[in-house]
Amino acid sequence: MTNAEIIATDPGWIILVKGLLIFVVCVLATLMSVWGERRLVARMQQRLGPNRVGPFGLVQALADGVKLALKEDLIPKAADRIVFVIAPIISATTCFMSFAVIPLSGKVNLFGHETVMQLTDIPVGVLYVLAIASVGVYGIVLAGWSSGSTYPLLGGLRSSAQVISYEVAMGLSLVAVFIYSGSMSTGEIVAAQNQWWFCVTLFPSFVIYAISMVGETNRAPFDLAEAEGELVGGFHTEYSSLKFALFFLAEYVNIVAVSALATTLFLGGYHALPGLGFTESWLGGWFTVIWFLAKVVFFFFIFVWLRGTLPRLRYDQFMKFGWKVLIPFSLLWILIVATLRVLSQQGAPRAVVLGFSFGVVLLVLAGSSLFESAKKRREREDAIGEVSAPSFPVPAIPGKITRNRTEQLNG
Amino acid sequence: MDSLALEVGRTLAPEAIMFWILAPLAVVSALGMLFVKKAVHSALLLAWVMITLAIFYIAQGALFLGIVQIIVYTGAVMMLFLFILMLVGVDSSDSLVENIRGQRPASITAAIGLGGLLVSLIARSNLGVEAIGLQDANSNGNVQGIASELFTKYVWAFEVVSALLITAALGAMVLAHSTSTKSRTAQRDQSIARFRGASLATAAGLPGSGVYALHNAVDVPALLPDGTPAPLSVSATLDARGDMLSSKPFELEVKEVEED
Repeated sequence: MTNAEIIATDPGWIILVKGLLIFVVCVLATLMSVWGERRLVARMQQRLGPNRVGPFGLVQALADGVKLALKEDLIPKAADRIVFVIAPIISATTCFMSFAVIPLSGKVNLFGHETVMQLTDIPVGVLYVLAIASVGVYGIVLAGWSSGSTYPLLGGLRSSAQVISYEVAMGLSLVAVFIYSGSMSTGEIVAAQNQWWFCVTLFPSFVIYAISMVGETNRAPFDLAEAEGELVGGFHTEYSSLKFALFFLAEYVNIVAVSALATTLFLGGYHALPGLGFTESWLGGWFTVIWFLAKVVFFFFIFVWLRGTLPRLRYDQFMKFGWKVLIPFSLLWILIVATLRVLSQQGAPRAVVLGFSFGVVLLVLAGSSLFESAKKRREREDAIGEVSAPSFPVPAIPGKITRNRTEQLNG
Repeated sequence: MDSLALEVGRTLAPEAIMFWILAPLAVVSALGMLFVKKAVHSALLLAWVMITLAIFYIAQGALFLGIVQIIVYTGAVMMLFLFILMLVGVDSSDSLVENIRGQRPASITAAIGLGGLLVSLIARSNLGVEAIGLQDANSNGNVQGIASELFTKYVWAFEVVSALLITAALGAMVLAHSTSTKSRTAQRDQSIARFRGASLATAAGLPGSGVYALHNAVDVPALLPDGTPAPLSVSATLDARGDMLSSKPFELEVKEVEED
C-alpha cells in the first residue's frame, strides 16, 4: 500500500490529531533550534552561549519569545499599514504549510489506527512545497516594500531577486529526483529510496539542492536580504514585537522545512541508515520518526556550521554564482540523467551505459582542464606589477625581512 | 445557489461551500485590482485572484494545474512587482487627471462592448454537461497524462512557443542593454587605483564622518589631526544636496596655552 492509500483511510479526528502534532513539533523544533544554533555557534567561537535560563539554557528561546511579545509594537508613519501587518502573517503561515506533505514516519499505530505520520500525500507534493515557498517569499518582499524606508526596501528587492534566481536552480535539481523516482509525491519518492538514497545516486542534484536551499532560506552566507553590515536589519528593520517574532519564527521553521524536504528527497526520508533496516520496526514503527529527526538535525547542524564558517557573499558574486554556475550545471546534469534513464529503460546493454558515462566523465575532465588553463592565463595577464615604494615607513614584506636580516647579520 | 450545485450534478457540498466563499472574494479582489490607486496593491490583489483560481482548479481535481498556477503566477506577479518599483516608483499612485482628450468615453464604450460580448458568449455556454473522456485521460494519473500529451502530441507546438519566448527575451535584453563607453570599475580596479594613485592617503578608505556630542554627525565633516575639516568624510550625495554642515559650531574651543 502506498502512503496515499493509507492516508485515504484516515478518519477526520486522526487528521486533526496529526495536524496538531505536526504544528507542535514545528514550534518546539523552532524553540530548540534557536537554542541549538546559539549554543553551537558559541562553541565554534570559543564561547558558552545561553546557559542561564533553565538547564543548559534550554528555556532561553522561550524567554526571548516572551520578551519579544511584551515589547512595544511600532508601525512607522510612512508604512503602508495593511501590507505592513499582512507581511509577517504571510511569512509565518506559509512556513508551516509545507509540512503537510512531508512523511515523518513509516507505518505506525496512532491511537489504535494504522497510519503514517503525513498529513496528505498528493501526487504533486514536491511542487506543492515549491509553490508554498514562492508564496512565502511575498512576506519578505512586502515587508520590505511596506516599511516605507530605504534599507527594508533594498532588503526586499534583494530577497525577490535572490528567490527568483535560486528557485530555478532548486527546481532543476529536483527534476533528476522526479526522473529517477518516477513521481512527484513525497511518499513515493521516499519509497523509491528503499535501496539507494538519492544523495548517492544523484549526488550532483543533492549538492545543487543543498546550496540553493541555503539561498532560499536567507541564511548565511546567502543572507543578503538582512545583511546587518549593510542594511541594518534588511527587510525587518522597521519591525518590532510580535510582528518581528513572526519573521523570526518563520525563518527557523523554514530551515526545518527545507531540511525536512532535503531529508525526504535525498536522504531516504524516514528510512534507517543502510544496514540498520531492522530498527525501522522498533517501538511499533515509531523509531522511524527518530531516524527522520536525526537527519533533519544533521542538516540543521550544516546550516549552523555554514553560518559559523563562511563570510557573507557580495551581492554580484551571489547572483553570478546562481546564474552562471548553478543553473547551467544543473541543466547539463539533467541532460545526463535523462539520457542514462532512457538508456536503462530501453534496455540498452551495460557496455553502452558505461561507455556513455565514461564519455561524459572524459568530457567534464577535458572541459575543466581547459577552463583551468584559461583561468591561469587570465591570472597571469591580470597580475599587478610591483607597487611603487610608499613615501612613509611601512612594515617590510616578509620575503625582504630575511634578506635584510642576513645583510644586517653579515655586517 | 443550491440549484446551480444540483444542476452541475456532481458538485459535492464542501466544494459548493468553498465556491460560494471564495468566488465572491475573487470577484471583489479582481474589481479591487482595477480600482485601487497604488500599483503595488493592484499587483497583490492580482496574486490573490490567481491563488483563488488555483484553489478552484485543485477543487476540480486538476491538482497539477492548480499548483503550477501558483508557482508560475506568484513568480510572474513578483516580476510585476519589480517592474512597478523600477518603472513607476516606490509608492506612486494613479493620477485621475485625464491626459488624452476623449479617452474616458472611448474606453468606457470599449469596456461595455467587450463586457457584453463576453457575457453573451458565456451565457450561451452549456453547464452541467457530463464530461467525456476525463476518466480515460487521467487513467495513468493526472500528471502522467499531461506529460504524455505535452511530450508527444504537442511537443512541436511547445518547442515553437519556447523558441519564440527565448527570442523575445534575448531581443528585450539586446534592446535594453546599452554598451557602456568605458568598462565598469570593479572592486579590484578601485583597489588598484587607490594604491597606484598620487597619494596613499586614502589607500585604507575614506575618512569616517565626524563624531560630535551635539550632533548626529553623518553630515558634518570630521576634523583632521591638524584641525582642518575633511570634506571627503561626508557622503557625496549629502554634499551635492547642500546638506553638509560646517563643523565649526561643534569643534572644541582650543585655548592657546600661555607659556610662562
